[in-house]
Amino acid sequence: MTATVVELRGVSCRLGTAPPRVIVHDVSFAVAPGETLVLLGRSGSGKTTTLKLINRLIDPSAGEVVVGGRPTGAVPPFRLRRGIGYVIQEVGLLPHLTVAENIGLVPRLEGWANQRIDARVQELLNLVGLAPERFAQRRPHELSGGQRQRVGVARALAVDPPLLLLDEPFGALDPITRAELQREFKGLSARLGKAMVFVTHDVREGLLLGNRIGMMQDGRLVFLGTPEEFRRSPHPEVRAFLEAAA
Amino acid sequence: MNLVRFYLDNSREVVGLVGQHLLLVLMSTAIAVAIGVPLGILLTRRPVWRGPVLGLANLFQTIPSLALFGFLIPLPFLGGIGARTAIVALVVYALLPIVRNTYVGISGIDPAVREAARGMGMTDGELLRLVELPLAAGVILAGIRVATVVGVGTATIAAAIGAGGLGVYIFRGVAVVDNTLILAGAVPAALLALGADGLLGILERRFVWR
Repeated sequence: MTATVVELRGVSCRLGTAPPRVIVHDVSFAVAPGETLVLLGRSGSGKTTTLKLINRLIDPSAGEVVVGGRPTGAVPPFRLRRGIGYVIQEVGLLPHLTVAENIGLVPRLEGWANQRIDARVQELLNLVGLAPERFAQRRPHELSGGQRQRVGVARALAVDPPLLLLDEPFGALDPITRAELQREFKGLSARLGKAMVFVTHDVREGLLLGNRIGMMQDGRLVFLGTPEEFRRSPHPEVRAFLEAAA
Repeated sequence: MNLVRFYLDNSREVVGLVGQHLLLVLMSTAIAVAIGVPLGILLTRRPVWRGPVLGLANLFQTIPSLALFGFLIPLPFLGGIGARTAIVALVVYALLPIVRNTYVGISGIDPAVREAARGMGMTDGELLRLVELPLAAGVILAGIRVATVVGVGTATIAAAIGAGGLGVYIFRGVAVVDNTLILAGAVPAALLALGADGLLGILERRFVWR
């Protein structure tokens, strides 16, 4: 039971009324510590919604999401979310706070002492390859896209959560920065031993970073397996993605 | 210069009237902020109230100021002759720009920023205090600036109901057809408005985050 950090059991999500639109339909998977599950799919396939169902930015209409052994519905949403690192494209940083304040935000909400926050911020900036003395006091608009994304990862790691959710974190970067961050991220994820759910529409990124790939199509999880199994899968949506990337 | 001579001859009275004028504007703007900012925040949480509340504030704005001062005089508690009535009227005028800008400032924040903040585990109160209010501060201050500048002008009319202020000279000047007297009230009022505009403008620019 406790071997999984996050588990979805038959989770569905309908949004809107008359007629309700099914965004996610009967999705089940589990992610263990140290494992990166990549959710791959076209725009609108429900992969981002699936991610938000885990930290309850959206509530499921059926099924159950279990994080750290407890159903997400049994915990106040803010408590649940502080235990889950969340990285999104570009805009995730608060523009009125410095890099250090952004990274230290969740620790501050958790009532850490200032000294402990400062030490943690230094440690994390070093971890993501940004020199603290150069970057700590900058604001997000003074950073490049790649630097912003590094800060985003550092912030998600701030209180050392066992689970990270990443929604196209490298989506807005130029190809060179993107490849560089992907490589570093792969090394980082191997060292940290976190459970991760990583959303992307880039099949190469998925194959590089994922221990397992989940293929989403029209709200359903149509394939779930290792990258090797993914490459051999006959499923038409998987083939379409592989051919588009070839 | 007649105006300079006038000020030298009446320096104590001038200082008193400027003080009264400032007090009227400061009191009324402070009360309008205390009512208007929370009201604007409330509208972002209850969007169905937006139409009626902003509509009503708009309606108040259209009442000619002299008429509003007149309407207030017979009212119990709020009305009567003097500064209290004038402050009530000035608050009514200051409310619209403050409520509207608070609402617009907060609802104009990129929804992705709000969602990121929620995703980090902020409660509603933390979201308001740490994200929404700081990011909307520039727009809210712009509203307060408009309210203050309009208030400085409108407060000159408060002299008509015995609230004092620089309007005293203007009304006296109109009554006796003396341009120097009118200018004695109008020039410092204009300078006060410019000064308030400049100071609040400097404050406002400190809240530009890009």
